Amino acid sequence: MVAGLLLIPLLGALTAWFIPSDRGRPWTLPITGALHLALTLETVLSPAAPSPGGWLHLDAIGKLVLLSVSILFFASGLYAVEYLAYRRERPNRLLCAMLPVCLSAMTLVAFAHHLGLLWVAIETTTLTMTPLLYFNRNARSIEATWKYMLICSVGIALALLGLLFLAYSTVVARIEPTLLLEPLVANARLLSPAWLKAAFVFLLVGYGTKMGLAPLHTWKPDAYGEAPGLVGGLLAGGLVTCSFVGLLRAYQVCMAANGTTFHRDALVLMGLLSMATAAVFMARQADFKRMLAYSSVEHVGILAVALGLGKGALAGALLHLVNNSLTKGVLFLAAANIHRSYNSKRCEQVRGALRRLPWSGGLFLAGFFAVTGSPPFGLFVSEFSIISSAMTQGGEWIGGLILFFLAAIFLGMARTVLPVVMGESSRIEHTGYRDRFLTVVPPLILMGVVLMLGLWIPEPLSRLITEGAALLGGNVP
Amino acid sequence: MTSLVDQLIVLVMLINFAALGSGRLAVAIRAVALQGVILGILPVLIHSFSWHLVVITGGLILAKGIIIPWLLTGAIVRARISREMEPYLGYVPTLLIGAITTGLSFVFAARLPLAPEHQGLLFVPAAIATLLTGFIVLVTRRKAISQVIGYLMLENGIFLFGLLLTEAMPVMVEAGVLLDLIVGIFVMGIIINQISREFSSIDTSRLTTLRD
Repeated sequence: MVAGLLLIPLLGALTAWFIPSDRGRPWTLPITGALHLALTLETVLSPAAPSPGGWLHLDAIGKLVLLSVSILFFASGLYAVEYLAYRRERPNRLLCAMLPVCLSAMTLVAFAHHLGLLWVAIETTTLTMTPLLYFNRNARSIEATWKYMLICSVGIALALLGLLFLAYSTVVARIEPTLLLEPLVANARLLSPAWLKAAFVFLLVGYGTKMGLAPLHTWKPDAYGEAPGLVGGLLAGGLVTCSFVGLLRAYQVCMAANGTTFHRDALVLMGLLSMATAAVFMARQADFKRMLAYSSVEHVGILAVALGLGKGALAGALLHLVNNSLTKGVLFLAAANIHRSYNSKRCEQVRGALRRLPWSGGLFLAGFFAVTGSPPFGLFVSEFSIISSAMTQGGEWIGGLILFFLAAIFLGMARTVLPVVMGESSRIEHTGYRDRFLTVVPPLILMGVVLMLGLWIPEPLSRLITEGAALLGGNVP
Repeated sequence: MTSLVDQLIVLVMLINFAALGSGRLAVAIRAVALQGVILGILPVLIHSFSWHLVVITGGLILAKGIIIPWLLTGAIVRARISREMEPYLGYVPTLLIGAITTGLSFVFAARLPLAPEHQGLLFVPAAIATLLTGFIVLVTRRKAISQVIGYLMLENGIFLFGLLLTEAMPVMVEAGVLLDLIVGIFVMGIIINQISREFSSIDTSRLTTLRD
């Protein structure tokens, strides 16, 4: 099962590398995605068997991550076929080979219970995405690629130092040095508190850089703005989710160690700062793909605050993780369609997309309502449960601030999105890129899932969320 | 044995200053390569013999002493640059800051709640000093190559701390970390080449098109 999930994407990558035609090659992506998704569904529904040594084990958190990453990848892969056919001027061998490798690394993130292995997997996702940011081969995209590579590398190096501190806390405590999650959680109360705290700070800064928590988010607008839409969607929905897993594992250990208020305050502070940053930069955004990057900063902020609040907000955080990754897919794919049709992503040039691209324009609008937490979409449910748990456990001012930032972000984003979608038709020339079946169905599927999560959460999924929240609450797995 | 180890660690810290103070990129690349090789030798000297150590030492010397310097030298030859022309902060001020941070890392390390057997070892202050020097290089230099050198020093500092707990990291994970590091530097080398082609310079202060 594990081997299949890890190897199918690698085989897909190998096949893609050796297919000579640029036209046929992209089909390997949806096929790989479909096989991976089918196997994922089977794995998630069957009870997990831990591997010998406890290195690989798919717990409830891992299942949620695997599920959302796999659905997102399948949709992006399906979308890639028509998109790459339109962009025939660009060779796509590297893209078609690297995306599945990244999927394999993301799968490993979901499975890894050895924190060192988890680090290696997360770093691999960063590396595989780097060449894809440079898909457009121009000065702007090389600048974005350099910033992404350098800032994320430094961040991930600091996370490694955090892991070493975590391992050292076992040395100081005179227990067997290890980075396996189970023994760390089981012996958490014995670990040296000072080193555990230092480890948490470095892991928060390290994985926070990769997630894009303010003030470490500076690479994000550039990278998301310049990457092709489907790569942007996977960055915002897949890589963010994976780096959040890195943070979740550290959180599990800290909470099992009877976490002090320090950990929680740090998370709440960074989360609120991220939401504030997003609110400020969203208001005057002239580029709708960069705007999506700030929306991503906002949502990692919400995730961090929810972790910081703990207790009832944890289930909300896990649901929000799934919702965020799927909604980002909708927005980036719809934005890519609009971008291609106008050959511009400047808001003053792109207007009235609803008339030119009724489906993509509509999806972008629906995605905007979903991502800002309007009912009846899934993010409404998760944000509501986070805010209400803040209110009930004495964090009234935190809940109030979240509501305030959400309102500000809604207004700021509406100012950008509404003219792009509804406004007067712009005079800018039509590039001949129209809505096609395969460029509309993938975001439509994702939108459907997000809508479903707002109306009805299937029983297996709600059970996974409850189990995952219990794991985060400091229970021994 | 310990005196040899201590001398090597002092050498590591001196190399920090060489990298901070030199304007010639080739010198800085060699200095960091030498630092990497010393770090590769250290595990063999402190721990008793095991195949695990041989693999790590071999991998480190190969990666940091040969492959990475070769990649970086190739990049500066192709980009036809040899000097870091205008750092954001001059060499003398950065050397001074480097000296101050090195001094402070000794003070800081003495206050850390280390395990009794690690008290008073040179590893910890050297790790902190190297890490911080890497940071200084990262933020004060303009050339993309210098920033990669800063990143490498940062990694060296982290590795130096990691020497305290080789038992916690299984060989597979260490190999993975090393592989990711090499691939990362390799990708950085490729990006540097693309930058020099696109901007006819690898001056990162020109990378300012994207902003809010």
